[in-house]
Amino acid sequence: MANQKSFLSKISKNSKMGFLNYGIVLLFFVVITILRSTGTLSNTMNGQLIPICSYIIVALALNLVVGISGELSLGHAGFMSIGAFSGVVISGALKYSGFANPVMRLVTAIVVGAFIAAIAGILIGIPVLRLRGDYLAIVTLAFGEIIKNVLNCLYVGVDENGLHFSVTDEVHMDMAANGKTLIKGPQGAVGVEKIATFVAGIILLFVVLFIIQNLVNSRTGRAIMAIRDNRIAAEASGINVTKYKMVAFVTSAAIAGAAGALYGLNFSTIVPKKFDFNTSILILVFVVLGGIGNLTGTIIAAALLTVLPELLREFQDYRMLAYAIVLILVMIATNNEKIRSLWKRFFSKKDKEEQKA
Amino acid sequence: MSEINETKYVEVPGPGKIPERDMGKGPVLEASHLGIDFGGLTAVDEFNIALGATEIGGLIGPNGAGKTTVFNLLTKVYQPTRGVILLDGKDTHGMNTTQVNQAGIARTFQNIRLFDKLTVEDNVKIGLHNSIGYHTPAGVFRLPNYWKEEKKAHNKALELLDIFGMADMAGVKASSLPYGAQRRLEIVRALATNPKLLLLDEPAAGMNPSETEELMNNIRKIRDTFGIAVLLIEHDMNLVMGICENIIVLNFGKIIAKGTPSEIQTNPKVIEAYLGSQATEGEGK
Repeated sequence: MANQKSFLSKISKNSKMGFLNYGIVLLFFVVITILRSTGTLSNTMNGQLIPICSYIIVALALNLVVGISGELSLGHAGFMSIGAFSGVVISGALKYSGFANPVMRLVTAIVVGAFIAAIAGILIGIPVLRLRGDYLAIVTLAFGEIIKNVLNCLYVGVDENGLHFSVTDEVHMDMAANGKTLIKGPQGAVGVEKIATFVAGIILLFVVLFIIQNLVNSRTGRAIMAIRDNRIAAEASGINVTKYKMVAFVTSAAIAGAAGALYGLNFSTIVPKKFDFNTSILILVFVVLGGIGNLTGTIIAAALLTVLPELLREFQDYRMLAYAIVLILVMIATNNEKIRSLWKRFFSKKDKEEQKA
Repeated sequence: MSEINETKYVEVPGPGKIPERDMGKGPVLEASHLGIDFGGLTAVDEFNIALGATEIGGLIGPNGAGKTTVFNLLTKVYQPTRGVILLDGKDTHGMNTTQVNQAGIARTFQNIRLFDKLTVEDNVKIGLHNSIGYHTPAGVFRLPNYWKEEKKAHNKALELLDIFGMADMAGVKASSLPYGAQRRLEIVRALATNPKLLLLDEPAAGMNPSETEELMNNIRKIRDTFGIAVLLIEHDMNLVMGICENIIVLNFGKIIAKGTPSEIQTNPKVIEAYLGSQATEGEGK
């Protein structure tokens, strides 16, 4: 049956792209594990592994908004921040109440971080995603700044009565004497137990890839992309525009929150200033450089650009200048007609060989 | 003139007449006293129409007469300032474009609006969206329902594309289709939403005479196989006169004539609107 055959070939084409991404992550994992076991990985690189995973995940999340849904978000660092701080609080509180197992605590922290970031996403999405135009960019930009400033004056502690909050200082939390301060205003989260591991990062990366790829290749993903391509035609085809924009945006916010929780539990201290506007732009740079809507490109760009500043350390004061130059060179190279046609020729040849085989 | 133009019409209570054969079902669309103002400008006023359940109606008029505005009012792209629209006897007041489509009006656009980056098949599947029965979690976790419904949608999409002989183009990106094929794809996508009434905005624009001839046959075929009503805007008079059973002529936002093709062709007001009478020519431009 011709129908059956083309249906299967289409499914396999989509999953081929999916498997490519899983393959890249697996390869990354294997190479790093080998380098680690032979001891050839430098300490600085070793410390970068979990941030790399977090940034890849948050870049994939942003790509869902920018590339698939066609909206612009300038506040993804804000969602990361929410995930990081709620993750730290959950992990700290669980430990205080005698819950020692780090794996269970990490999983709980990631789930709760994602959940709270999703709620923030819903609160932003409800008023903004009904509108036509670039309002989401403006509102998320403001959201990122607001979250940073709120966390800057937030104090959270835990004692046997549960969690205590204050927005003035530590004393106003009314904690028992044996309580433990988890978040200390502008000093951020202090004394965090580093329970995030590289393996956990890779597993989360696989889960996120699974969710995003399957979402995009389903009825829901089609509707989201249809709205991106032509809003009026999507409405006239019976698609509920606000609903599907919300699905994309809230999923993205939740994933960014999960990435934030992973990131936050990798450092002993973490300050709110870490997740400022520059970080949001950095995540956007990963997406733009990797190719808007291109998951494979996003993974590679996020990984390389997170490592790059470390590799450029020998330039010392000129580090960020060199970083900017590298960015510009990459953009020129990827937009060059000749280089692109070279790439295409290379890939199409490979495709043909595969078909023959 | 084919026998289709000799449709027997009966008066119905409300805004007009419908073909005798549709009397059992009643009109699928009734709009009365429909109008819209943009600021101080009245774009459409006192628009009345009744369309039988399997009728092919035509909406013609000079450029800027308000034809596309009428479509935008019927599909709620613009909310009407005045008037009532009944779809299958149900008031569409307060509905938005999405809800109107779900209630049974599908349309195409004068300036083609396809989902450019999606394939031809996926464009049709967007039309099928509301008939694909699984939810987001089933899609993400690839539950059995996903595979079953996607396969059904795939077969249905190919079946619909086959009406225009486009099944072999299913995997092509919509933006890379030739112009005529893009117009046909829009019709297929609209049909996929399972409408009761299909609005076609200049379906033959940019088509050559043989393509237009084929389109006419296909519109009739669609009406007969799906048993739906069609209302079309068109400048190609061969198509309009050859296929429409009842024609409404608009000029400056108002209906200037209604009737069968032969009545319209001999109506002095219509001739004046299209060609200009010597008297108005002298006074006007």
